[in-house]
Amino acid sequence: MTRARGRTPAPLLVPAALAVAFLVLPLAALLIRAPWTRLGTLLAEPAVGEALRLSLVSASAATGISLVLGVPLAWVLARSRARGRTVLRALVTVPLVLPPVVGGVALFLVLGRQGIVGSWLYDSFGVTIPFTTPAVIIAETFVAMPFLVVSVEGALRAADTRFEDVSATLGASRWTTFRRVTLPLVAPGVAAGAVLCWARALGEFGATITFAGNFPGTTQTMPLAVYLALQRDAEAAIALSLVLLAVSLATLLLLRDRWLGRAVP
Amino acid sequence: MTLDASVALRRGTLDLAVDLRVADGEVLAVLGPNGAGKSTLLRVLAGLLPLSEGHVTVDGAVWDDDETHLPAHRRRLGMVFQEALLFPHLTVGENVAFGLRTRGVHRGRARTTAAGWLARVGLEGLGDRRPAQLSGGQAQRAALARALVGDPALLLLDEPLSALDARTRLTVRAELRRHLAEFGGSTVLVTHDPVDAMALADRVLVVEDGRVVQAGTPSEISRRPRTDYVARLVGLSLLPGTGEGDSVRLDGGGVVAVGEEAVGPVFAAVRPESVALYLERPHGSPRNVWPARLVGATPHGHTVRCELAGEVPLIADVTATAFAELGLAPGAEVWATVKASEVAVYAG
Amino acid sequence: MSARRRAAVAVALLVGLSGCGGSAADDGGQTLTVFAAASLTDVFTDLGAALEDQQPGLEVRFNVAGSSALATQIVQGAPADVFASANETQMSVVTDAGLAADEPAVFASNVLEIAVPAGNPGGVTGLADFAREDLTLAVCAPDVPCGAAAAQVFAAAGVTAVPDTQEEDVRAALTKVELGEVDAALVYASDVASAGESVEGVAFQEAEQAVSDYPITRLADAANPDAARAFVDLVLSEAGRRALTDAGFREP
Repeated sequence: MTRARGRTPAPLLVPAALAVAFLVLPLAALLIRAPWTRLGTLLAEPAVGEALRLSLVSASAATGISLVLGVPLAWVLARSRARGRTVLRALVTVPLVLPPVVGGVALFLVLGRQGIVGSWLYDSFGVTIPFTTPAVIIAETFVAMPFLVVSVEGALRAADTRFEDVSATLGASRWTTFRRVTLPLVAPGVAAGAVLCWARALGEFGATITFAGNFPGTTQTMPLAVYLALQRDAEAAIALSLVLLAVSLATLLLLRDRWLGRAVP
Repeated sequence: MTLDASVALRRGTLDLAVDLRVADGEVLAVLGPNGAGKSTLLRVLAGLLPLSEGHVTVDGAVWDDDETHLPAHRRRLGMVFQEALLFPHLTVGENVAFGLRTRGVHRGRARTTAAGWLARVGLEGLGDRRPAQLSGGQAQRAALARALVGDPALLLLDEPLSALDARTRLTVRAELRRHLAEFGGSTVLVTHDPVDAMALADRVLVVEDGRVVQAGTPSEISRRPRTDYVARLVGLSLLPGTGEGDSVRLDGGGVVAVGEEAVGPVFAAVRPESVALYLERPHGSPRNVWPARLVGATPHGHTVRCELAGEVPLIADVTATAFAELGLAPGAEVWATVKASEVAVYAG
Repeated sequence: MSARRRAAVAVALLVGLSGCGGSAADDGGQTLTVFAAASLTDVFTDLGAALEDQQPGLEVRFNVAGSSALATQIVQGAPADVFASANETQMSVVTDAGLAADEPAVFASNVLEIAVPAGNPGGVTGLADFAREDLTLAVCAPDVPCGAAAAQVFAAAGVTAVPDTQEEDVRAALTKVELGEVDAALVYASDVASAGESVEGVAFQEAEQAVSDYPITRLADAANPDAARAFVDLVLSEAGRRALTDAGFREP
């Protein structure tokens, strides 16, 4: 029997098919059970638009902050020779394993009105953070940034440092080398990390509802809206879920082609 | 732009102590086996590694000493590595222009200068290609252009030909000779291939186990190797001449029959062990038979390195036994033969 | 002694004395799953422990959340033996789906009370304060029973409330008060009673306009119908009633 090159070995085929079914069937069920006739009215409610806008804005802001803070952190973890890097890396990735609600409570203890930093902010400037849109962004950044850091650190470790030597001999300072050589070379890793980060932030629920609370327009993101709608009108919940699914899929597909396809070989 | 350096470096198992001076326009080859510390030496000169002791001075400016360490990006140098290491995310033209852009040259002017250099290394019109689209030889030429574009005071070459296949190596070496001849600064070339040293360098430093074992011109160290190692390493006779098909007419007179097609300016290369010596003119097959006078004999181990003068000056290694049996001594008149098939030809 | 501890002692005494409890089912290792409104957390936990004492081998497990979430889960097929809701609307969701085994019985009622952090930093005196923008305020989400009740009392008092967050169950709102992160939250009187030193209560008269009746029922698909009946009986019994009133609930 001739076997074409690149065909999946039989023992892998069945588990792979099961995995696909496992992941895809719930999404298919959403589509199948969607209230297509009522979709228009359900989605026309202002709360839906607000929740969607809020979700997109906060996830993007959280990703932006994660990039600005997370890429330098990833560089420190990957390249610097400071001691205690292993401990630092473990601490930084704790939000990955911490239950999000616990993260929300912890954020309260730091940034709440009675919190370590929050009480100073409140007393000195009258600024409260919980129950505001910035609180949503902070909660999402807390849970999503580690994804970016881990991804970028991996890319930096794998990058060929000889290019940085070359850059130095051509007169580039360390900062210039970082900007014009290192970063472009790890751009696919940064992009992949940013996509993961954005997706995680978009779907965040526990830390958001705990720390930022729930209020339409200010802090009620799509996941919260879906959760609450489920208790009132299951079809509304499905409609909202479809919107979230469509937006997420569209973004992932768009980004995947443009950024992740051009990985450095 | 004289390079004056005394480099001492201890790093792990490596213990390096080398002094070197290179004048303007001069090419110094650092020759030695892998692991001898040659590449490390180069990285110290480049400022990528710190010295343990010593100094590096270029044209009077201190780059390294007890108090100072000028970082690599502040040194006016150019470096070419074994693998071209062109930045994959930039075009070839942008790669060559990189050294100008980092020094504040405007994009348009940098691009023009880079294009000029690309033409000089024979890559005209390839500025918009990506490095992945170039062949090995083309990439190395681009790397050379990239290193030279900033008008460096010091050019460092770390085994620039080692990664190329044999054929490409020949052509690129010939071009490299040309460019080095035109370059006004000091050049330090590191290699493990003695042919590179012979063909490209004005002076050679042989380094073994982190120490200099011999220094001199290529012909000096070939003729009078100070150690076994040096003798085994060098000793190739490189005879410049003009190819005429299956023979080479040497610049100094004399004709050498060669085994491969030779056209244009070439070097005929003869390994010392390929030369056979006779007291009388031998009969038989070899087409290459010349009279010569023994002007020097340096024993090392079981061989004696003989320096032969004549129309075709050669270096020959004969066993000590044969040397004794032939009753050779400096001044003796002998006949030297070399099989045509054992004469290699290098483009010159 | 806090309301909660009083309730626990009462339960222990009364149940021990009365020795009530349905059929003595002594199959070892049984579980009873009770879905209970968040406001019932403490008192039902005590009642469940009492039932476990009476029926060795029985383990009572609770799923506590906003009643609307629980009702949805039951309709979606979550395995439960007993459902106790904080208002009749959410119980109707279950009965309308034909999932209740018996006619639901009201076992307690509850009114809203304003909860403030100890010391009342916001200076809250009544419902009208819920219209103050300068305060940080919490209510329950509109679909949760206490949120529905809150809407009723605000309407009755003519107050336009400006909450900063709508919590998904009453205990989440209470926690925000306990942490001192909100100036006031509208929760049940029973929650204020259970909260202890960190929370003070501010009663208001409009609360009587929205009395929540708490129904309880066994579920039709109960895995353990005998233990379910025992628990419901316990809740409706004298001992159960005493425990509830001690915890701040009202008689039905």
